[in-house]
Amino acid sequence: MTHWIIAPVVLPALVAALMVVALRHSLALQRAASIVSILALNAIAVALLASATQTGPEAYFLGNWPAPFGIVLVLDRLSAMMVLLLTGLALPVVLYAVGSGWDAKGAHFHPLLQFLLMGIAGAFLTGDAFNLFVFFEVLLIASYGLMIHGGTRDRTRAGIQYVAFNLVGSSLFLIALATIYAVTGTLNMADLAEKLPTLPDGDAALIRVAAVMLIMVFAIKGALVPLQFWLPGTYANAPGVVASMFAVMTKVGAYATLRFGTLIFPTTLPATGPLVAEMLLPAALLTLAIGAIGILGATTLPRLVAMAAIASMGTAFIAIAAFTPATTSAALYYILHSTLATAALFLVADLVTRRRTDGMLTAQSPIAQSGLIGALFMVAAIAIAGMPPLSGFIGKLLILDAWRDHAATVWTAILVSTFLTILGLSRAGSTLFWKSQATAGDAPKPKPEPLAFAAVFALLAGLAALTILAGPVTRWLDATAASLYDPAPYIAATKLYQDRADAP
Amino acid sequence: MEMVLSAAIGVLAASGIWLLLRPRTFQVIVGLCLLSYAVNLFIFAMGRITLGAPPIMPRGGFIDPTAYADPLPQALVLTAIVISFATTALFLVVMIASRGLTGTDHVDGQEREP
Repeated sequence: MTHWIIAPVVLPALVAALMVVALRHSLALQRAASIVSILALNAIAVALLASATQTGPEAYFLGNWPAPFGIVLVLDRLSAMMVLLLTGLALPVVLYAVGSGWDAKGAHFHPLLQFLLMGIAGAFLTGDAFNLFVFFEVLLIASYGLMIHGGTRDRTRAGIQYVAFNLVGSSLFLIALATIYAVTGTLNMADLAEKLPTLPDGDAALIRVAAVMLIMVFAIKGALVPLQFWLPGTYANAPGVVASMFAVMTKVGAYATLRFGTLIFPTTLPATGPLVAEMLLPAALLTLAIGAIGILGATTLPRLVAMAAIASMGTAFIAIAAFTPATTSAALYYILHSTLATAALFLVADLVTRRRTDGMLTAQSPIAQSGLIGALFMVAAIAIAGMPPLSGFIGKLLILDAWRDHAATVWTAILVSTFLTILGLSRAGSTLFWKSQATAGDAPKPKPEPLAFAAVFALLAGLAALTILAGPVTRWLDATAASLYDPAPYIAATKLYQDRADAP
Repeated sequence: MEMVLSAAIGVLAASGIWLLLRPRTFQVIVGLCLLSYAVNLFIFAMGRITLGAPPIMPRGGFIDPTAYADPLPQALVLTAIVISFATTALFLVVMIASRGLTGTDHVDGQEREP
């Protein structure tokens, strides 16, 4: 498997470059190349997942340099799962982009999407903290382009705020990394995990500062209060299909928090102790509350879905913040679920918005295919609110069960916010689909787009599969969570370097 | 030396943050530039300040490692400079597009009501 580990990074980069250079003038060829590339990525991701499950963590030494001097990519169960989630989400998204014609509304949609995939896959796979920064930048630069795709006035204005916010985040990331390097002399994640516990007491304060700054950077990515301000404007103004793909971008923040919180700053580390967990929990509870209140207060459909995305990140971070194997397993299940559910809801919102003159949550003349889209909205809303029978219910149940010791705060927050979410979504649904029936007038009639509907169905089928296979999935996730709290194999994998005879 | 360098980083970062909070996109982008200068100098300083020592090992390996500067922060700074240069250029493009579409250089896309 050795060389396949880098394939999720290299393949989209090559395909994107090919598209920009050779396929620039043919949208049909770009679409074909993009879909073929994502299908291949899915196959690679499944193979990587199987390999990580069977053989445990495996490192790829870029340029055949030994770690910690060179950069390593590390494939373990968590990163393999996140890569599969990414490619699994990318397929419906690209089908929807083709089916709805979003990719024809501006130049270079498909190359930017491929670069985004490259950046996110790299961020999931890398075993080097500075390399993580570089992949963050790759995915951000691609996302800046996608965000203002087909630019309108509001979209470009929101784009400015999004770019400015993330550029500040990048500066903060660099300061944190430089501080860590100054103290430890390494930025390799496995090497950091080994060196941090042996640091002299005098350096503990610097490490705490760096840890707080790093978690702040990941909180920006994960839209954690009080750093969530960029998300509603960005997701609500981005093209629906792009917002749907961005559902996995907030998960990069969750993934990085989980990776750093278990490998580098575990609660057993003397320098930081439970600092990370203590910071995350109140922020996560507030995020959930603000998301739920935002759902009630939203005046447009895309903004409502963006608020639902914030609420789901709050729930995921509540589960992450406990840093025990049981809660982490619940967090991973919820991350899988909420990515698919948020993406599905964004696509449904886009279906609605494009059939109306705007996305306002007011009664307007009934949209074309109102019944089918209404049903899709209801299924996606059930999923994101966490009602039975879909996987959101199982995810929230797992989180509640794992947080049994802190029922007073966590249970109240999750249950009340779920109620608010249901309230907000049902009000939006009844206004959009029922009240509109009583309104006269002709809504714009777009041409039929079977591929776009197929993409939404695929995402909802993914949620259904996650529900039906909840048993095997949670067992696999339990093992994954357990492996995160036993980082020895991960660290050992980066030391397996052998000086090959053919190396120069 | 340390005082001068740390004061320079502090002044750059403080001016950068102040400009970031201003309402005009031009001020924001200058602020981001100043902030990234501060960050670059900070990374550079984190490799310890070494005077008159090359970061490159001579042919044949080290004779005395203390006579050489840490090369890694310099490589990191180079990467950070390239990335911040690229993102600043990209931000400039978005900014100009926004100026064209909204007709104002206010970050909110509209002038504040008087």
